[in-house]
Amino acid sequence: MSVRRLAVEQPDGFEFSRENLEWANAQLKKYPDGRGQSAVLPLLWRAQEQCGGWLPEPAIRYIAELLNMPHIRVYEIATFYTMFNLESVGKHLVQVCKTTPCWLRGSDELERVCFEEIGKPESISPDGNFTWRRVECLGACVNAPVVQINADFHEDLNAQSFRTLLSQLRAGETVAAGSHAGRHASEPGSGEDGNANDEQETLHFNGFK
Amino acid sequence: MSDAKQINLTVDGTKVSVDPGTTVLQACEVAGREIPRFCYHDRLSIAGNCRMCLVEIEKAPKPVASCAMPAADGMIVHTKTPGVHKARKGVMEFLLINHPLDCPICDQGGECDLQDQAVAYGTDGSRFAENKRAVEDKYIGPLIKTVMTRCIHCTRCVRFACEVAGTPELGAAGRGEDMEITTYLEHAMTSELSGNVIDLCPVGALTSKPYAFTARSWELEHTQSVDVMDALGSAIRIDTRGQEVMRILPRTFDAINEEWLSDKSRFIWDGLKNQRLDKCYLRGEDNRLRPCRWEQAFEYIEANTRDVPPEKRAALVGDLACAESIAALGDLMRSMGAPHLDCREPLSPLGRNAEGGRVRRGSYLFNSSIAGIDDADAILLVGADVRREAALLDARLRKNWRRSGTTIGVIASTTSVPPRDYESVRLGEGASALQQLIEPTSEDARRFRNLLDVAQRPMLILGQGALNRIDGAKIYDMALALAQQTGMLGPEWNGFNILHTNAAQVAGLDLDFLPRQGGLDSAGIRKGVTDGGIEWLYLLGVDTHLPQQNKNAFIIYQGSHGDAGAAFADVVLPAAAYTEKSATFVNTEGRVQSAKRALFPPGDAREDWTILRRLSDVLGCRLPYDDAFALQQSMISQAPHFAERDQLVPLSNAEKPEPVRASMPLRDDPFVSTVDDFHLSNVVARASAVMAQCSRLANKK
Repeated sequence: MSVRRLAVEQPDGFEFSRENLEWANAQLKKYPDGRGQSAVLPLLWRAQEQCGGWLPEPAIRYIAELLNMPHIRVYEIATFYTMFNLESVGKHLVQVCKTTPCWLRGSDELERVCFEEIGKPESISPDGNFTWRRVECLGACVNAPVVQINADFHEDLNAQSFRTLLSQLRAGETVAAGSHAGRHASEPGSGEDGNANDEQETLHFNGFK
Repeated sequence: MSDAKQINLTVDGTKVSVDPGTTVLQACEVAGREIPRFCYHDRLSIAGNCRMCLVEIEKAPKPVASCAMPAADGMIVHTKTPGVHKARKGVMEFLLINHPLDCPICDQGGECDLQDQAVAYGTDGSRFAENKRAVEDKYIGPLIKTVMTRCIHCTRCVRFACEVAGTPELGAAGRGEDMEITTYLEHAMTSELSGNVIDLCPVGALTSKPYAFTARSWELEHTQSVDVMDALGSAIRIDTRGQEVMRILPRTFDAINEEWLSDKSRFIWDGLKNQRLDKCYLRGEDNRLRPCRWEQAFEYIEANTRDVPPEKRAALVGDLACAESIAALGDLMRSMGAPHLDCREPLSPLGRNAEGGRVRRGSYLFNSSIAGIDDADAILLVGADVRREAALLDARLRKNWRRSGTTIGVIASTTSVPPRDYESVRLGEGASALQQLIEPTSEDARRFRNLLDVAQRPMLILGQGALNRIDGAKIYDMALALAQQTGMLGPEWNGFNILHTNAAQVAGLDLDFLPRQGGLDSAGIRKGVTDGGIEWLYLLGVDTHLPQQNKNAFIIYQGSHGDAGAAFADVVLPAAAYTEKSATFVNTEGRVQSAKRALFPPGDAREDWTILRRLSDVLGCRLPYDDAFALQQSMISQAPHFAERDQLVPLSNAEKPEPVRASMPLRDDPFVSTVDDFHLSNVVARASAVMAQCSRLANKK
């Protein structure tokens, strides 16, 4: 992790779209009177979505004023949580898990693909499609190595399937999230469940296939 | 608290008994144990993030941060075991990992908590071989210098800005090791109390910008004195090196300033070196002021006074004059038989009733005392722009509001009061809103009136903005009537308060420096100068509301700085500033306090009362005192409370507020503060480059 700063270039202003404003007002109703500040995280998140995946400075100010908070308080939150991107990102934000299980299962390879296909971490690829970064455990170690692209987890990747995934995304195709090795969930990679002798369990899993 | 069950615990074998809600750290202090700390501060909320205050508590598995642990019955606390020492040593090693070793070039050096505590808990080396963190310095205004690499993330400054100053401008951006203290987009702090974060910072991350690299703490001489920038009389310490004021710091005085100080009081000192009058001046034939010797000045005064009849002589007192000089000037005027003297701003009704008689002392004091604000349970501000007129009083109001949620009603011009961070109820802008509270017809007024009626200790703060106007006396009567109706003037509680803006004001009123029978008041004297009614005027540090023109009056100005008053005068007599004389000031509560001389006045300048004493010789009406002690005895014979220094003498019933019984039509223009620029409100401030910079910044918004 490193020092996070606001982007140098910022848009002139920010305002919630009509739908988002309605949504925000509905969120505020969830909290008792005068406690609307508790909605700061969801609102910042929605603002980030509206801005195409990053949080410009005017949006921080806008939300502070919407929630009647000092600007600095919202700024603190936006700089604290790494899920808020303070600089613009590509259409697909690729987060490569680098924690031990994924690393043992080949995240180095995925990282190399990123360098080749996208470029340097934290920078937008020339075609504007991708930004990638290394992250700590994404919490899907059983399906390592894992990559999170925007809101989706892509699991059981290797260099080849990851490369295919990126080219599909680049072509604008919709790619199914989840395992790329044909697993449904986190059953053993052999396709069998761990208790082969237990007929019922096998059936159970087969039933899902 | 006394009836609640006390908590008994043992600290290092000493049994102590503390109130419920006390922390272990405070209990250790009661037991006489000093606990090292960085983030914990008595007057701020508890953060518990520096971990320096670790102690061992029996049956606790690990060392405990004592500042954040409530004391409990039967606790056995150890503060001196090898385990505690080792734990604190570990914390210190962590703190020093990223702290630069730049003490030799750090202004905090010599008075640094980290330095001091590293002596006790530091190791001789570090096991940390990696690079140290480096942090960019932030701009947070012209008063505070930042060296953010030194920051140890105690967040005292953030909590101060948020809790005490009420301007939540500082924050901690980022996280973990990369956390940085900053303002939003590095704008300058707007608080009038921002300088206090310098004192709070336990390391050298936030230091005084004007003081930067000018002195070391151990080469300074400390003089305990009293501030005169507002009428609160905050306790200060003047640090001098030789004949130069290097800085001004607050002293802890719970009754007035706790341990804070407003920026104006703290950063004024460069104004004490600029624009100083260090010679006498005479206005020559060519209408220009020329330097001269004292003898020449006195001869010139004598020559120009001889033919002026006493009933054409007048004297005015400015905002920074000490009680001694007011007393001496008053005695001088009296012995000359001149009736025109006034220590008030123009139009102020204080001190005299409608018939011209003297009013009781309680009529012009902050009767509840400043600390009394903490007890008030409903507060009404009338024409008092507290943040500009007495920034620390504003912090007191906020403290009460934070603790008790007290409703604070405001009657003042919307333009004059900058927004504060406590909830206040706007009741109106002028006299009609006050009338509403006396006889409520509107719903808002009725509701607030009800609050005042129900309150046990209601308080009214009447500011100069409501008094210094043509109908000021009437407004005073109305405010007092409201105070009486709502039970502010009870036997135990006196919530009727006048907030003064001039440090000299209460002493002037106490010494009855007011028009004699047939004498003109402050506005009248000024008018007299314009139309010829007054032919001789003594200005004791008066630089505001000077007459537009002078028909043929002979004007003598005595003061410390070359400001408007000196430019207006025919003779200028150089006097000492408040740091250069041992003098008495009476604050808005009526507390008599002594300012101490920290250095000598520059050049030919002399202590104020000695100038007047010499002048009395020249004018042939010798004042009966030859030293400061005799003068003070004479003051005490005029006003006995001058004998009681530093403490507040409770008012007797015979001194309770009384109405002036004025009759005049009310005007309905809003109450506008008399202080229009916080940073430039007196001669010293106007001579200060630092204050000019602050003012420019504040007015830009």
